[in-house]
Amino acid sequence: MSTRKIRVLIAKPGLDGHDRGAKTVASVLRDHGMEVIYTGLHQTPEMIAETAVQEDVDVVGLSILSGAHMSLFPRVRAELEKRGLTDALLVGGGIIPDEDAKKLESEGYAKLFGPGTHTEEIAKYIETTMNARWAKQGASR
Amino acid sequence: MSASKSVVQSVDARAEWERALAGSKLRESDFTTLSGAKLAPLYGPENSELDYERDLGFPGQFPYTRGVHASMYRGRLWTMRQFAGFGSAKQTNERFKFLLAHGQTGLSTAFDFPTLMGYDSDHERSLGEVGQVGVAISSLEDMQTLFDGIPLGEVSTSMTINGPAPIMLAFYIACGERQGVDPKLLRGTIQNDILKEYQAQHAWLVPVEPALRMITDVMGHCAKHVPQWNTISISGYHIREAGSTAAQELAFTLANGMEYVRRGKAAGLDVDDFGPRLSFFFDSHLDFFEEIAKFRAARRIWARKMKEHFGAKDPRSWMCRFHTQTAGVSLTAQQPENNIVRTAFEALAAVLGGTQSLHTNSMDETLALPTEKAVKIALRTQQIIAEETEVAHVIDPLAGSYFVEAETNRLEADAEKYFAEIERRGGVVAATEAGWIQREIHRSAVLYQRAIEQKTKNIVGVNCYTEGEGGPKIDVLKIDPKVEADQHARLAALRKKRDAKKAKKTLDDVRDAAKGSDNLLERFVAAAHADCTLGEIASVLREVYGEYKEPKIL
Repeated sequence: MSTRKIRVLIAKPGLDGHDRGAKTVASVLRDHGMEVIYTGLHQTPEMIAETAVQEDVDVVGLSILSGAHMSLFPRVRAELEKRGLTDALLVGGGIIPDEDAKKLESEGYAKLFGPGTHTEEIAKYIETTMNARWAKQGASR
Repeated sequence: MSASKSVVQSVDARAEWERALAGSKLRESDFTTLSGAKLAPLYGPENSELDYERDLGFPGQFPYTRGVHASMYRGRLWTMRQFAGFGSAKQTNERFKFLLAHGQTGLSTAFDFPTLMGYDSDHERSLGEVGQVGVAISSLEDMQTLFDGIPLGEVSTSMTINGPAPIMLAFYIACGERQGVDPKLLRGTIQNDILKEYQAQHAWLVPVEPALRMITDVMGHCAKHVPQWNTISISGYHIREAGSTAAQELAFTLANGMEYVRRGKAAGLDVDDFGPRLSFFFDSHLDFFEEIAKFRAARRIWARKMKEHFGAKDPRSWMCRFHTQTAGVSLTAQQPENNIVRTAFEALAAVLGGTQSLHTNSMDETLALPTEKAVKIALRTQQIIAEETEVAHVIDPLAGSYFVEAETNRLEADAEKYFAEIERRGGVVAATEAGWIQREIHRSAVLYQRAIEQKTKNIVGVNCYTEGEGGPKIDVLKIDPKVEADQHARLAALRKKRDAKKAKKTLDDVRDAAKGSDNLLERFVAAAHADCTLGEIASVLREVYGEYKEPKIL
């Protein structure tokens, strides 16, 4: 088991002010021993990507309840790639209809969590995925 | 009297009951309200100390615990007001007409995020968000389209907007004027409750102090020129939806209300000039009795504060009139048809709690904005309560219930504790700027989430009676991306055809008033008539006042 702590950026893209879910998830991930940076509200894709690079995060989690996910999620991914952050685990949650979730999951988002998701499920998913990745890379720094 | 006497005096019977209860196997070790407040197994006179005159009074009389009107729903049913707005002004206009045609009695406008944040539809930050969660309104022209064929002198309209609320109200006043309606005849409500934006809902425009100054400008202007308009809808809804308990919702909302009263008075207004135009907006969640008690406590606390603390003399200033919306957070994406049932219980609580108007959520709102079918069922739910259950025939029917009165007292006491704590922290503005209120709400949200995950609180379809993936699917409403492109084109055309000189002049006047002390609302109305856009007016305010920076709470 790696001793490296998973670094997570929880971000709120767009103008949507609903941060209950984002903050709850951030708190739970912290309780799981992850290092969590929360961006605060009203972030542009550029701001999120900039923070992700500066904080050198392993995971970027986006929360959006405004219906603008099909515009904002791909733009965040593009900005991350522009800055060379191509290997971050991308996850998201919010009010996202199934078919949109499937589309985003086919375009580089590892997993999208819908309303009613158990927060433990999110934490476990991130832990399992990152640990598997690191084990594969032999990167127990 | 004799009944309660016999309850109190039958000590033996009580001891016997207590023994029997102690010997019973119980479902849980602890029984609490949805908000986590401890519940006794049984309530009696010993739990609900009450002085009828002092604590309840008669309907339409101080302290209004039993309702703000003497006749309540015997006189007039509550206003059935479904919150609606999506896509373009034209689409929302059609939805409004659909709702009016199905018996809705008031209009309620939901705006999209760019509008709520004071950005025009063609601002770069609006990309992808135009028309998504509400209607896009960037100009007087959009407002005129929104109310096309709806005479503003005859309907009552609610507009849920806060940061740029004074600008949107100016568009509405100007729209009325274009229809030939005297502002004196306009009836409705603008939410205009900026404090809870910083605390919970997070759609702001400028920092706290200038935002509060604009609110007193609205109160001052409307007292003179738009006298039937509710100038602030002091809202607990978003505080609750952000995760607060019932007691926090009650306390923070009323604390915000008291701050607006202080500000109005400090600006030189008479409390009775603006007090009667303050209204409230609460959530109705699933804990039936706790919610009913909350509504009753709200009326009693507000009446006491306004009369005894702020010295209001006009009884209308004492009345806590409120709108209620059923709890969006109680809806589940799993087995969504069950949401119809949840909403019905919540709506019934609001009615038994004496609400003045009501929005019932649609079953599909955890997935998207509601379809026409879903919104019709939600409206019909209210109509069934009104027409079929006969609950509206008796005023405040739960008064005198030991439990309901005990809960009403408990919520009032909890609220008072919060008022004292807020006072210790320097008032709501200081407590908000320091992030204390936000942290309190967040803490409750996390506790609630934990309770669900540990199954001390259950949600059907989520943590019990689950059906796994592939449960029933329902149709959801999709916003056409064309809405955004069309808005861009309309705005470009508007900027081209308007009198540029006049537009600039009115914006300069806004700037001067923002820097000085002239009433801003009057200047906004002039700018609206000159076809200045929401974003243009808002940027003048941002330029003069700067932007709000949220405190770090996590």
